[in-house]
Amino acid sequence: MTSTTVPLRRAGAQKLTELSWGLRGCGPQDIPVQAAGVFRTAVTPELALGSSTGHGVRVCVVDSGIEADHPAVGALSGCYRVDGEDLAVVETDPGDSCGHGTACASIIRQAAPDCELYSVQVLGSSFSGTGNVLLAGLRWAVQQRFDVINMSLSTTRPEFVQALHEMADDAFFARSVIVAAAHNSRVESFPWRFSSVISVGSHQQEDPALILYNPRPPVEFFAQGQNVRVGWLNGSTIRTTGNSFATPRITGLCTRILAKHPQLTVFELKSVLYQIAANVGAASATENEV
Amino acid sequence: MTEDQSVDASADAVELLQSVVRVARAIFGAAASSVFLLDHATHELVFQAVAGAGEQSLIGTRFPADRGIAGWVAMSGDAMVVDDLSTDATFARDLAESTRYVPNALMAVPLIDRGNVLGVLEVLDPAAQSRTDLAELDLLQLFAAQAATALRMVLAHRSQPAAGFAALRTVQQLTPSDRAAGLQLIDAMRALLATTS
Repeated sequence: MTSTTVPLRRAGAQKLTELSWGLRGCGPQDIPVQAAGVFRTAVTPELALGSSTGHGVRVCVVDSGIEADHPAVGALSGCYRVDGEDLAVVETDPGDSCGHGTACASIIRQAAPDCELYSVQVLGSSFSGTGNVLLAGLRWAVQQRFDVINMSLSTTRPEFVQALHEMADDAFFARSVIVAAAHNSRVESFPWRFSSVISVGSHQQEDPALILYNPRPPVEFFAQGQNVRVGWLNGSTIRTTGNSFATPRITGLCTRILAKHPQLTVFELKSVLYQIAANVGAASATENEV
Repeated sequence: MTEDQSVDASADAVELLQSVVRVARAIFGAAASSVFLLDHATHELVFQAVAGAGEQSLIGTRFPADRGIAGWVAMSGDAMVVDDLSTDATFARDLAESTRYVPNALMAVPLIDRGNVLGVLEVLDPAAQSRTDLAELDLLQLFAAQAATALRMVLAHRSQPAAGFAALRTVQQLTPSDRAAGLQLIDAMRALLATTS
């Protein structure tokens, strides 16, 4: 008896090879993507961003806090921290236990200068139960319905996966976009691994404007995270490298898009990112016919 | 290492960690390399090994695990690379107090075994290319993964005799009737194994 086989892929769809977690040794020319022919009008960077500066968009940095009055960050609209005892989120003075949160905030400020920046400190306020503190901070940010939530953090702990997944889905439907850094090494961690968030890694080009879409996720987008000058403690700046610092670049881009197109849902926003990525080419005119 | 174990590196572990920092320093052409182990009981990072610039006498020095770059790496479980630190006065002072060496650049990576952060490996003032290159960060993470696995094996080996003594103590504390029941169970298992082999 011969068995019937089901075609694994639609005709015309791109052939996928193994999943990709990074772009080491690759440039935009190595991952060309032809946009699917479903869009009547190509979405250009001009259409998506125009002269948007992120005005009016509320952005929350879930990290180690943000330093007060940092020249590379400017005014903060609100600072909060998770209490390590009862996991309540309380208002607090600006401050950063490490510099990492300030670094992320400085990149967002550079990319979207007129956004409203908020901080919720989940690292450095208490060591005990780090995963629980992270969850409490992210849950609070989702409940506040920030337009964009920057998570240059992740957890590998399996006991938090279900709760994080539900949180990410809640945010997706509530139009809060979570922009999450992929782990620097090839390990499973969360929430970046979920499709309801926008996951980010670093490409190796030192171009802050270069955004790449990954045709072989789990990591979906790449931005500059190598050799980035960022704000640090005591009003200083340093240079740093890692996915953590590519993520706020995409956060800033999302912020600018949402300022110009506030009605976008998260999946629409992700589609816009895909279409303006430098390695994604427009579909031909005939393909665009609907 | 589970969360309720405190840091008590055995001679084997110390020797291994010393080898790790020596190799890390050589790989990255660094001025120094050091390892901190995480003490979950006190929420501190404990200075365990150093190669190059720095003081051997600092081994055993502790500092809070929720501060600074090493603290962020321990808490987040992810790596960090920073350069041009000389402009950061707070960082310089903190590190000067703990290591008596003030670097301008730093690579820090967690030692993770089976999802648990055991500690942090730092490389101080690596060669210029390593300070900004993602490929160098990948290399450090690969090396750290190997070091963490080796460390876990050393710690597990160390704990085996202790586990044996604990089992012996448990047997000695049994009442005569419980002891007889236990021996009966062992005899039954032996008989079962004999019939199935």
